[in-house]
Amino acid sequence: MAIKLPIYMDYHATTPMDPRVLETMLPYFTETFGNAASRSHPFGWEAEKAVDHARAQIAGLMNADPREIIFTSGATESDNLALKGVAEMYREKGNHIITSVVEHKAVLDSAKRLERWGFDVTYLPVDDTGMVRPEAVAEAITDKTILCSVMFANNEIGTVNPLKEIGAICRERGVLFHSDAVQGFGKIPFDVQEMNVDLASVTAHKLYGPKGCGALYVRRRNPRVRLAAQMDGGGHERGMRSGTLNVPGIVGFGRACEIAAAEMEEEGRRLTAYRERMREQIVGALEETYLNGHPTQRLPGNLNLSYAYVEGESLLMGLKEIALSSGSACTSASLEPSYVLKALGVGDDLAHSSIRYGLGRFTTDEEVEYAIKSTIDTVTRLREMSPLYELAKEGVDLKTVQWAVD
Amino acid sequence: MPYSDKVLDHYNNPRNVGSLDKGDENVGTGIVGAPECGDVMKLQIKVNPETQVIEDAKFKTFGCGSAIASSSLATEWVKGKTLQEALEIKNTSIVEELALPPVKIHCSVLAEDAIKAAIADLKKKQGDEEGAEAIKAMSGSH
Repeated sequence: MAIKLPIYMDYHATTPMDPRVLETMLPYFTETFGNAASRSHPFGWEAEKAVDHARAQIAGLMNADPREIIFTSGATESDNLALKGVAEMYREKGNHIITSVVEHKAVLDSAKRLERWGFDVTYLPVDDTGMVRPEAVAEAITDKTILCSVMFANNEIGTVNPLKEIGAICRERGVLFHSDAVQGFGKIPFDVQEMNVDLASVTAHKLYGPKGCGALYVRRRNPRVRLAAQMDGGGHERGMRSGTLNVPGIVGFGRACEIAAAEMEEEGRRLTAYRERMREQIVGALEETYLNGHPTQRLPGNLNLSYAYVEGESLLMGLKEIALSSGSACTSASLEPSYVLKALGVGDDLAHSSIRYGLGRFTTDEEVEYAIKSTIDTVTRLREMSPLYELAKEGVDLKTVQWAVD
Repeated sequence: MPYSDKVLDHYNNPRNVGSLDKGDENVGTGIVGAPECGDVMKLQIKVNPETQVIEDAKFKTFGCGSAIASSSLATEWVKGKTLQEALEIKNTSIVEELALPPVKIHCSVLAEDAIKAAIADLKKKQGDEEGAEAIKAMSGSH
């Protein structure tokens, strides 16, 4: 079968909707269009019933109670609500928040705003695999700490954090524990009871559901988490998030979770096999190629490699038939290389040379083979025109070169 | 990222990739940029010792597509020029020719600097320290 180009390998950015999800959603745009908050007629009741069903499907995938799911517009809103909502509600109790340096910007920028509002924030470092050490969390907690926010799996390097260990520490010390679970939810098992998670941000479009629909898990008991609403209005979602519910989106989110629950294990095995095949073949063919992130504790569909002596954006140009992303400065608006890779201690030169491959449900064998071959060909071609590769081959230690920096 | 057709052409079919003998007295070598900044260009020129006309030019570049295109174009442009003429190549002409967007202007600046660095190296080899210093002072003006 001829391969269809371009190939999508950016599943961390977003995923295509599963056709089964779309099919479930469709009637809720036209026939069952009611406002879930309309209490006085069947149109509203039908919508509410659909929302409640989805709530149970989503809660089921994280071992939560359906009443603990608060719908939002996406994970950015969920992260904002979790951090700001907790900070505002618990500020009498303390003003210290703990998070990590590799969090998504929705967490980091919310934390920065809280700093401007007078909170103290500790940004924990990560080890060279991108993992937050539970002991570091324990050491950072003070009697003023109200919240700790650590992501489940990292969006760039795929490293999965030891949430169970971190959650146990937070629970014991009476600190609320939030996790941005966007990347791991629906890909690997996530259990808010076992992990002692008190708040969790998730979003539909990362697990083959629609864009514009997310949720925040908010624990109801042991402990009961209270949140100051950040959106005022009709008092929807138990007063925590006003706004008419996106019924078709929520229905799709629920269906996406149901499918993930049924297929996660098999899908995870398949994607891990693809990932390892790519890693082995590429690293085997190209010298000085480095894996970023953890060798085993990582998302099944995440492969992040740095190719010494070639620059990421030019590599992406050569791989133009494959949708990928790079940690290179040239691909970011800020012209700074990836802050996540820098936090791992990856040098700026190798951060510029990184490529993230995101594999997912619809990735095929042929696409994996195509990506392996294209990567090897393009890196080889670019190294042949790289002055750094030439110097290294001549035996020059690049670290000792005095570069003429402009 | 939208690239102009000319950038794509130079990226896909780079002109004059390679290296000249650094030790040759008629070859000047310029290396500019730094790996941690994401751009390093090496540009070499070879002059005819009689006429001082640039007969050959080669480059190798670590950098984005625009950096590769800028240096590829620079090697095309210096060929057949005298050293003085080559010194007059401005980064703005490279920007115009390749239709570089504002965030890629530094690539053209680097290419201009690479030409000047190669000529300065050659002047130094020819014993013209003063000329070399004067050229170095011209670059990095951004």
